[in-house]
Amino acid sequence: MSMNLLRLFGGRNASAPVARERLQILLAHERGLLGQSDLLVTLREEILAVVSKHVALDPDKVIVKLERGKSVSTLEVDIEVPNDFDKAKAAIQRRMAG
Amino acid sequence: MAKVLVVTSGKGGVGKTTSTAALGAALAQGGQSVVVVDFDVGLRNLDLVMGAERRVVFDLINVVQGVAKLPQALIRDKRLENLWLLPASQTRDKDALTDEGVGRVIAELRSRFDWILCDSPAGIERGATLAMRYADEAVIVTNPEVSSVRDSDRIIGMLDSKTVRAERGERVEKHVLITRYDPARAARGEMLNIDDILEILATPLIGIIPESQDVLKASNVGTPVTLNNADSAPARAYIDASRRLMGEEVAMVVPAERKGFMNRLLGRRAA
Repeated sequence: MSMNLLRLFGGRNASAPVARERLQILLAHERGLLGQSDLLVTLREEILAVVSKHVALDPDKVIVKLERGKSVSTLEVDIEVPNDFDKAKAAIQRRMAG
Repeated sequence: MAKVLVVTSGKGGVGKTTSTAALGAALAQGGQSVVVVDFDVGLRNLDLVMGAERRVVFDLINVVQGVAKLPQALIRDKRLENLWLLPASQTRDKDALTDEGVGRVIAELRSRFDWILCDSPAGIERGATLAMRYADEAVIVTNPEVSSVRDSDRIIGMLDSKTVRAERGERVEKHVLITRYDPARAARGEMLNIDDILEILATPLIGIIPESQDVLKASNVGTPVTLNNADSAPARAYIDASRRLMGEEVAMVVPAERKGFMNRLLGRRAA
């Protein structure tokens, strides 16, 4: 009974505004992240295509990372180029055939 | 023109199957020819909620794989002659559903029905993406609760990117259906209210289904709630939503339980 009175007067159990605020912050973040991951996939594929024209690459060794800073974000592209291109190329072709 | 409507949510347990059955029955009660299709391979339940669990012979995967013809797998509702069910498979591997196969079945259903309601499985995996793949419209079932709203937001993003319509540069018409809503708790600030949810999801509302014991009663006996007790609060809410889907203007209210004199005297404890 006293709880009900408290509720009537205090509105202390109004947790919905907290839910609303948490959701708004979270979703603003998640929507950005999802858009970003699509961008990274596209960047990765295109970089891989360009470099592969000239150098034999292991597609798994191409890593694209985006880090978001306050004022500047950095795009980090890490491509491992095998020293012996021909051998590496043959290895990749064998793997694709198998 | 046939319409393909996916009933989806991301989160499980929010009322997709209940809503598919209720909206399908309400559309059929409104004179439309309707098929409800269960995409939850391995965990089918639409047959049970529709009360047709003992009449399943062939299923969606049989039709996709060409083992059965579509008419052999379709089950006609015993109460409404223009309401049909295409059940999911209970045992088979869910990878048996292919994009191309589902596309063929949906195309064939389009030639036979006014409405094709696809009951999506929970999650964002293959079953859920295939259920929405060919949709013209989507009903996103959302509970007034943070995890459900978050998952709905994710699903809305997928509807805008992973459907055939999205890939063609067209829009899937999206609607939010809020279920298990308690207006009294929302008024006391204990539950997200309708405006909060709509503002966060930025998607128009198709209906508000109040929390009600009638929903469980209906699924207990295997009857869509709009058929089991058409006068109950959730049934009236689903019927209103189905009329909005058909393009009618219906004022948005949360139907309340019609209480008897004794119930009113005893207050909500009696419910």
